[in-house]
Amino acid sequence: MTHSPSSISRPLPVPPPLSARARLAKWWRGEATAPAKRVQFDRPLTPWVFLLPQLAVVVIFFYWPSVQAVTSSFYLEDPFGFSATFVGLDNYTDALSSGEYLSTATFTAGFALVVTALSLGLGLLLAVKADKVIRGASIYKTVLISVYAIAPPVAALIGMMLFDMHIGPFTQLAGLFGYDLKVGVNYWDTAFAMTLIAVWKQIPYNFIFFLSGLQSVPVSVREAALIDARTGWARFKDVILPLLAPTAFFLLIINITYALFDTFAIIDVIVKDKPANNPMTLVYKIYLDGFKGNDIGGSSAQSVILMVIVAALTVVQFRFLERRVHYG
Amino acid sequence: MAEITLKNVGKTYAGGVTAVSEVNLEIRDGEFIVLVGPSGCGKSTLLRMVAGLEEISTGEVAIGARVVNKIEPSERDIAMVFQNYALYPHMTVRENMAYGLKNRKTPKGEIEARVAEAARMLELNAYLDRKPRALSGGQRQRVAMGRAIVRQPEAFLFDEPLSNLDAKLRVSMRGEIRKLQRRLGTTALYVTHDQLEAMTLADRLVVLNGGRVEQVGTPLEVYHRPATTFVAAFIGSPAMNLLDAHVVGGRVILEGHDMGPAQAPDGPVTLGIRAEELQSAPRGLPVKLDYVEELGASRILHVAAGGQYLAFVQSPEIAIPEQIYLTVRPQALHLFDTATGARIGQVPAPVAEPVP
Repeated sequence: MTHSPSSISRPLPVPPPLSARARLAKWWRGEATAPAKRVQFDRPLTPWVFLLPQLAVVVIFFYWPSVQAVTSSFYLEDPFGFSATFVGLDNYTDALSSGEYLSTATFTAGFALVVTALSLGLGLLLAVKADKVIRGASIYKTVLISVYAIAPPVAALIGMMLFDMHIGPFTQLAGLFGYDLKVGVNYWDTAFAMTLIAVWKQIPYNFIFFLSGLQSVPVSVREAALIDARTGWARFKDVILPLLAPTAFFLLIINITYALFDTFAIIDVIVKDKPANNPMTLVYKIYLDGFKGNDIGGSSAQSVILMVIVAALTVVQFRFLERRVHYG
Repeated sequence: MAEITLKNVGKTYAGGVTAVSEVNLEIRDGEFIVLVGPSGCGKSTLLRMVAGLEEISTGEVAIGARVVNKIEPSERDIAMVFQNYALYPHMTVRENMAYGLKNRKTPKGEIEARVAEAARMLELNAYLDRKPRALSGGQRQRVAMGRAIVRQPEAFLFDEPLSNLDAKLRVSMRGEIRKLQRRLGTTALYVTHDQLEAMTLADRLVVLNGGRVEQVGTPLEVYHRPATTFVAAFIGSPAMNLLDAHVVGGRVILEGHDMGPAQAPDGPVTLGIRAEELQSAPRGLPVKLDYVEELGASRILHVAAGGQYLAFVQSPEIAIPEQIYLTVRPQALHLFDTATGARIGQVPAPVAEPVP
């Protein structure tokens, strides 16, 4: 996040405990109940003092930049920031009618979809397998989780070493099969490397959550399923998976956010010193246009569009998907 | 429906701890067997071995004619009721009951019929479309029972199914389980640590201690002819008085007082007398009153005879005498070996016929 322009809304930076999510979801549906215990303050200002740090963070880092972004999206600013001309919706029409913008948007959607699907799927697979390991379980888990401790740019650097066009083992491996892998030059080769690194980086996160979700499935319920269902697949599909649904829903939101925003560092490392025509996400394009291209107005318009898309996505997720989730 | 045969069954955990050893048991078709014992006696482990949730270390378990040691739990044709119900929280009551059948490719119409029948028997009709969390403890217990019934298995396995219910509900559910099992005629294996539950439910009791079988018998046999001091102390409330006594010339001598005849060689013995069998009389074993427990319908008097304490039951209508002397019928004297705790001799204890 630190690299990305400040005007982007991040849906739900919510801590994991289930109750918090359930409460948030309730609040979203407008069913928020009165808190169990009401705290009385002697002076009316006291609660606001307690709220101040949190409010300050939200206002300074979210509302203020958002307003800035919306405002500057209606202006055309000169590169040195001396003057700005009101241009109405021109920045928006420019962005939406630009083929480059649309192809980046398409790539972003595909990238988010693939990264989310793969990192959720592989994370779940590894968690299910790790859950069954009894001997050496802690070593196995530590090895899987340790990747999460690597910072995204470092992960991308490691990835680029592996994909290096001269000495990268992956490039050599592809060469063995007669394929000339050109990461950083060929659009789809770069997209492949980008996806692989992004997925690799995210798997441990999903793994941790899925594993703890699996371990919270009551033993006796598993045993009841062992008697009721004949195949491991039936037990997993009918009993374990529905009980994992709250975890999966939470991870889905987090993973989409990750693919859209938090892959910035990875993309930056992969594409910044490479020739043009490399794939990138909308967030990275906003950064490029705004800070490299000095087109603050256009970049702001793009970030407002992204904000709207993400907001819409969040609504869809909570309104339609969450209904199907059973909270224990 | 089928008989269950356990041959030299034993369980040793990876750490070398032996939970169950050398259990031999033949359960007849349609019989209600209760495994009873204190916590950690291996009764649940034994049940879980029959269910297939625990690997069998030694010996053989057969359901019907089939040795099931290597057969998956789902293929053993048993249904289990768990202590904490183990209902699937995301399924409705109906789905919970139907799930096992669905996995066995039972035709839809048949599933519906069986679920409806079970719901009728257990009075769950009104709750079929509810999720378990919207049910009370007793209702959840019924759903767990229903899930077992609809399967129409060879055997029911109950793992302390009533221990999470309150006392009143426990008594009524106990009766229902018994009636249901009689009606369906399905072999049942039931684990409990509650000796009252064991006595009331069982056709035959299996008393376990430290992973070994202490005694197998009908509730009345076990009550009237306990095979060991452990069984004597475990079954019955208040617990049987176990006292240090001596046999001298075919008479039992307790604290210097002749209690009655004994068919045992001379020497020290453990004398067991049920609190219900002791009676105060004008003459007999002189005792000093220690304290009194009033139970309403009866009264338990705790008394000391020499240095040994014993309890006896008296009707609350009888006044507590100043000086208490206790007598006992000769048939009610149980003699046990002091070293091994095993029953000595054939004291002719009248075994009442069980009510059919």
